[in-house]
Amino acid sequence: MFSRDNWKEIFETIQKNKLRTFLSGFTVALGILIFVILFGFGNGLINTFNDFFADDATNVFYVFRGRTTMPYKGYKSNRQIEFDNSDLADIEKNFPLFLEYTTPRISRQDTVKYKEESNSYTTQAVSPSHQYAEKTIMMKGRFLNKNDIKDKTKYAIIGRLVEEDLFGAKTSIGKYIDIGGSSFKVVGVFQDDGGDNEERIIYIPYTTRQLIEKNTDEIDQIIVGFKPEIGYAGAMAFERSLNSFIREKKYINPKDQNGIFIRNVADQLKQNQQFARVLQIIVGFVAFGTIIAGIIGISNIMVFVVKERTKELGIRKALGATPKSVIGTILLESVFITTISGFIGMLIGIAVLSSLGEKLKDFFITNPYIDLTMATVATIVLIIFGAIAGYVPARRAAKIKPIVALRDD
Amino acid sequence: MIEIKDLHKSYKMGSNSLHVLKGINFSVEEGELVAIMGSSGSGKSTLLNILGMLDEANSGEYTLDGVPIKDLNETKAAKYRNKFLGFVFQSFNLINYKNAMENVALPLYYQKMGRKERQEKALKYLGQVGLTEWATHLPNELSGGQKQRVAIARAMAAEPKVLLADEPTGALDSKTSYEVMDLIQKINDQGNTILVVTHEEDIAHMCKRIVHLKDGIIVKDEKVKQVRASEYV
Ligand SMILES: Nc1ncnc2c1ncn2[C@@H]1O[C@H](COP(=O)(O)OP(=O)(O)OP(=O)(O)O)[C@@H](O)[C@H]1O
Ligand SMILES: [Mg+2]
Repeated sequence: MFSRDNWKEIFETIQKNKLRTFLSGFTVALGILIFVILFGFGNGLINTFNDFFADDATNVFYVFRGRTTMPYKGYKSNRQIEFDNSDLADIEKNFPLFLEYTTPRISRQDTVKYKEESNSYTTQAVSPSHQYAEKTIMMKGRFLNKNDIKDKTKYAIIGRLVEEDLFGAKTSIGKYIDIGGSSFKVVGVFQDDGGDNEERIIYIPYTTRQLIEKNTDEIDQIIVGFKPEIGYAGAMAFERSLNSFIREKKYINPKDQNGIFIRNVADQLKQNQQFARVLQIIVGFVAFGTIIAGIIGISNIMVFVVKERTKELGIRKALGATPKSVIGTILLESVFITTISGFIGMLIGIAVLSSLGEKLKDFFITNPYIDLTMATVATIVLIIFGAIAGYVPARRAAKIKPIVALRDD
Repeated sequence: MIEIKDLHKSYKMGSNSLHVLKGINFSVEEGELVAIMGSSGSGKSTLLNILGMLDEANSGEYTLDGVPIKDLNETKAAKYRNKFLGFVFQSFNLINYKNAMENVALPLYYQKMGRKERQEKALKYLGQVGLTEWATHLPNELSGGQKQRVAIARAMAAEPKVLLADEPTGALDSKTSYEVMDLIQKINDQGNTILVVTHEEDIAHMCKRIVHLKDGIIVKDEKVKQVRASEYV
């Protein structure tokens, strides 16, 4: 049934019936193409959501301070909440089970100079653990260490773009830069996947910043890293206890919406992932529908093809074609066309997806892709169902008496 | 070669049935050239289609070259059609997207003959019907007579035991009809058994025997003196 001669006969038939070939090929290719693209877009959506979080650790709380809006325990409302070094120590002492690290963050906007170059940058005064929270990647030199905090060293870790702006192609390590009037030695250069803004930052020891600002112990923001093992439920519980702990310590009304605010990255991530998953399921349904439509399309074409060929099949039977060879002729032709055009559609789809890359980022689709197994399975499913759809009319044609088929006009 | 006994055939048309062949008895020896005549609707085509295994009788016996033809499955029937029988139709029934040579080679494909051999043989038979130069032409580029000659070459290529022709000249003018009959006579001269259904007296007299059908039975079966078609060409 699969001899070379059979294939030759099929190739000739395909070549000489171009419209028919084109119709069924086009339907299948289009079906697979749309499937691949839709499915790829679904993955692109997920990518976009994951990208929002990819550059920072997700086992982190950011604790912000603000003004109270309710009076509490003798304190008036509209009181500015302050954080200081003792808050860090208290949090560490009270939550050893959940806690992995804490780091303060004091952000300032400073004019930074090196020789003739001068520019304004955000400096963040932090502790060494900050590297985990931001997922800072060191390119040269080192990040801050414990001794820098203890000794209040005037060392700076600068972003890749800060180095590019101030030093051009020259190396910055060991050079001195002027940050807001104080001289700092550059000991490290970092990169960050969070985009250009996150690479125009300078890190310095928080104790040094406090020393410069009249030896205060105030801090702007507290970042708390927790152990990933505690899981989502653990993180939510930890957030609640941390919240009430700080409120109690700072005399903030538990019902006050302001005063302090905790950004729970894990919770945001989870919500976004759920949203993305729902979107993907919807897209998956639409894609599945496309495959079904493709199967229906190819079935209709097969019915049409067999109808159109009834007389020819009658002639072939009169000349000695067996039912098996009649079915074979129809099926092999259809499977051959669906296979070729299915894979063409699949490849075009994959090519389109990979050429898009970040071009549709405005529509929340980043690097759309489909894994090859998924695309291949969908294509094969369409081929198999196309064959089944073709088998039914083919068998009917094979059973029909030659004299009846011949009478067909 | 062919033997039929008490052959009956009726067509079901809704609730009533039309009795077309009402007990046909007849036999054909090897090498005969038989014309089947009769008025329109007398059952000539029905008889020929049953002989050609394109259709089945309701009852009666049919033996082809010593093989009883009865209750065959489609695959078996296809083999017998391929090996024993060649058809020529009034409307030619060539496959329109295949050229003359490919049409002639088609029954050989179903004999599982190799491609090369098939083409050689097809060309040989096209040569015998005088169409070597038209081998690569599609049917719609051929005249009616040429088409019928391709159809005859196709029927002969499989080297069947019996050639069945249903009004082979029905769609042709008289000059072309005689050319086709000349060809059929020559094939018969080589010893092939041929049955020709026709309306036309002159065509019938180019055969060696005439069977008259009327209302589903044979009313007359006579040997005749063959008129050579070449006299008219
Ligand atoms: N498939 C069919 N279904 C029903 N009736 C049929 C069928 N085929 C033929 N008949 C009827 O059977 C009768 C014999 O038909 P047949 O074709 O054998 O006649 P014929 O002798 O070949 O006539 P013609 O010279 O017109 O070709 C006719 O009355 C015809 O209407
Ligand atoms: Mg007839």
